[in-house]
Amino acid sequence: MSEEKVGSVAYVRKEIVKDLPPPPSTTGVIGWLRTNLFSSFGNIILTAIALYIVYSLASLVYEFAFANAIWEGTEGKDCRVPDAGACWPYIANRFNFFIYGFYPSEEYWRPNLVFAIGAVLLVALATPKIPGKMISGILFLFVFPVVTFFLLYGAGFTGLAEVPTEKWGGLMLTLVVATTGIVASFPLGVLLALGRRSNMPLVRSVCVVFIELWRGVPLITVLFMASVMLPLFLPAGTNFDKLVRALVGVTLFTAAYTAEVVRGGLQAIPKGQYEAADALGLNYVKATSLIILPQALKMVIPGIVNNSIGLFKDTTLVSIVGLFDLLGAVKAGTTTSTWSAPTVPVTGFFFAAIVFWIFTFTMSRYSQYMEKRLDTGHKN
Amino acid sequence: MSADNVSSDSVPPASQDAPAKASLFYDPKARAIFYQVALLVAVVWFGSYIWGNLTDNMARQNIRTGFAFLNNISGFDINFHLIDYSRSSTFWQALQVGFLNTLLVSAIGIVLATIWGFTLGIARLSSNWVIARLATAYVETLRNIPLLLQMFFWYFGVLALLPNVKQSIPLPLDIFFNKRGLFFPGPVFSEGFGIVWIALAVAIIASVIVFKWAHKRQDETGVRPPAGLISIAMIVLLPAVAWIATGQSLTFDLPQLKGFNFKGGLHIPPELIAVLWALVLYTATFIAEIVRAGILAVPRGQSEAAQALGLKETDRLNLVVIPQAMRVIVPPLTSQYLNLTKNSSLAVAVGFPDLVSVFMGTTLNQTGQAVEVVLITMLIYLSLSLITSAFMNWFNARIALTER
Repeated sequence: MSEEKVGSVAYVRKEIVKDLPPPPSTTGVIGWLRTNLFSSFGNIILTAIALYIVYSLASLVYEFAFANAIWEGTEGKDCRVPDAGACWPYIANRFNFFIYGFYPSEEYWRPNLVFAIGAVLLVALATPKIPGKMISGILFLFVFPVVTFFLLYGAGFTGLAEVPTEKWGGLMLTLVVATTGIVASFPLGVLLALGRRSNMPLVRSVCVVFIELWRGVPLITVLFMASVMLPLFLPAGTNFDKLVRALVGVTLFTAAYTAEVVRGGLQAIPKGQYEAADALGLNYVKATSLIILPQALKMVIPGIVNNSIGLFKDTTLVSIVGLFDLLGAVKAGTTTSTWSAPTVPVTGFFFAAIVFWIFTFTMSRYSQYMEKRLDTGHKN
Repeated sequence: MSADNVSSDSVPPASQDAPAKASLFYDPKARAIFYQVALLVAVVWFGSYIWGNLTDNMARQNIRTGFAFLNNISGFDINFHLIDYSRSSTFWQALQVGFLNTLLVSAIGIVLATIWGFTLGIARLSSNWVIARLATAYVETLRNIPLLLQMFFWYFGVLALLPNVKQSIPLPLDIFFNKRGLFFPGPVFSEGFGIVWIALAVAIIASVIVFKWAHKRQDETGVRPPAGLISIAMIVLLPAVAWIATGQSLTFDLPQLKGFNFKGGLHIPPELIAVLWALVLYTATFIAEIVRAGILAVPRGQSEAAQALGLKETDRLNLVVIPQAMRVIVPPLTSQYLNLTKNSSLAVAVGFPDLVSVFMGTTLNQTGQAVEVVLITMLIYLSLSLITSAFMNWFNARIALTER
């Protein structure tokens, strides 16, 4: 057959037919709705139920927080009206108490300065693009706590008015407890993790017992123990701050959890790294600090952040042993006679929940982001 | 000690032909022993220092020691107790009441949180967009709010808004809901009811045997008898038959409003409702994440292979996906159960008389014997943790991959 013959036959196509567009029912908004919401009879019912739940929740929150909410007032009486929603004046009235506790108002610049320094250091530490991680790390872990203490507590050489820890409270106290817990427990946790991986049976068993002891009991019992037993453990006459007692309890408790996270990182390091360090003739301290830990700690950043989220939420427990953290401050306010109204507690806890949620959700997003960034794709 | 060894070892010149023996200072074994002895000395010194201070302080403050206080009369009331308890009971009985309450909250909490968590986890993977998003939003919200805050929210916030006893909210089946909690009909077991329990026990034992038989039969012939259906039928029918045969010996005691409170029926105090509600809603978010991760960890090829073999949708899930997902799910699930048990101690904050509230709270205040009380409480939680993890390890070993 020759070329001309094919070309001359009228019914033979010379070019490829263009793809037909997909049927309109499978594309665009309608197609998306059909596949994702109404693909079967059961699915239609599920969608209806889910939409109903969303609608009722949304209207509940809207009515509580906006439509029926009380926006103006000076005391609980103003919120004591039938079918009242949120009592926002309570939050506005007590806002400073929720943030600073009993901290004297003319000294608010000190906690504010601490917040600012902490925020700057955290951003420098957490953003991968900013160089100088070593410096910001040292500043955050060693310098910042000292500066914070002298700024908040005052007295001594600082020339600032002394503010005893009984006056600390609110979100400020929550952040102090959480940060101290994370920062102070970190070195202890790393040591415990290394100890648990040690070849020396006695070192290993001491570490295992320590870790499992703290992990096996609830934080609240640790806090109770710290507040009633720590004073008995020290020589008679040692005056012991309530906040410091709670901090000791929180630190020991968190260290056990940090140790387990770090141990995960140590175990994930290939044996070759240990052997290479040995082959180079490095001793234990050098091998650990120069070869093993830098790799292991980088790997466990998401785990540490998750731990921090847990600790941040757990700081609320200090309100049970008589400290006024954010939750304690909110709760204390609801029981005062000036602000006794039915919806005041709900409003207060709603507000506190939003504040806590913003912090923890940010941390969890950061942890997920780091997980993705550190996942270099060659696991195992 | 080691310094002496170094100097004495390094002085005599080692002979050329004998292998040079490293000084003790550089001998890893000697170093290991030295470090461990040093640690032991430090631990013992620290322990004795604390012990010394402790006994000193306690003697100074006239704090009694020993566990004899457990036999003293407690003198306080506990508003929710599963065993007999009154003001004239001993601290030992108070401890038992608190412990049982903790067990009760943990057990109910674990069951409900597992059901709700699995539902949420599967919902997050749903092909239905609204359901998946709704479940995600739920998990991301409740997981990130402190549990104690949630308990306060439900107890001081929401439950306090409920009406008084007189204006109780009536629910179907003679259930009433008000500020004082939930009142519902309680079953009254008459004398002949024991036989129904026996029938139930027989049915359960028979189901276990049926499962074993079904397993064996499948191994031998490849046919799968419907063991699940048979056992459900037995567990429902046998007690029902026994119940009818004994002449309906089960009646209900209905709650009735008398004066200022409900009389009769069963009563769940608002503290228990708040604690359970918060514990379940909170822990379920973590279980949901575990379940989701477990199901996603089963390779897609497994599902596709099951489909290629022509398995039904339910068989694909029950025989291929879930057994493999369970291997990933069980270990973290264990730690969530432990967390729930430990978190039930937050009940102290809303006044539910759990172990911490009864013992570390009231008993500690009454007796002042902090050391003994804290020790006992911590030991109880520690042993609960160890027992749970031992059981879950056993379970995990059972369902783990058997390599041939």
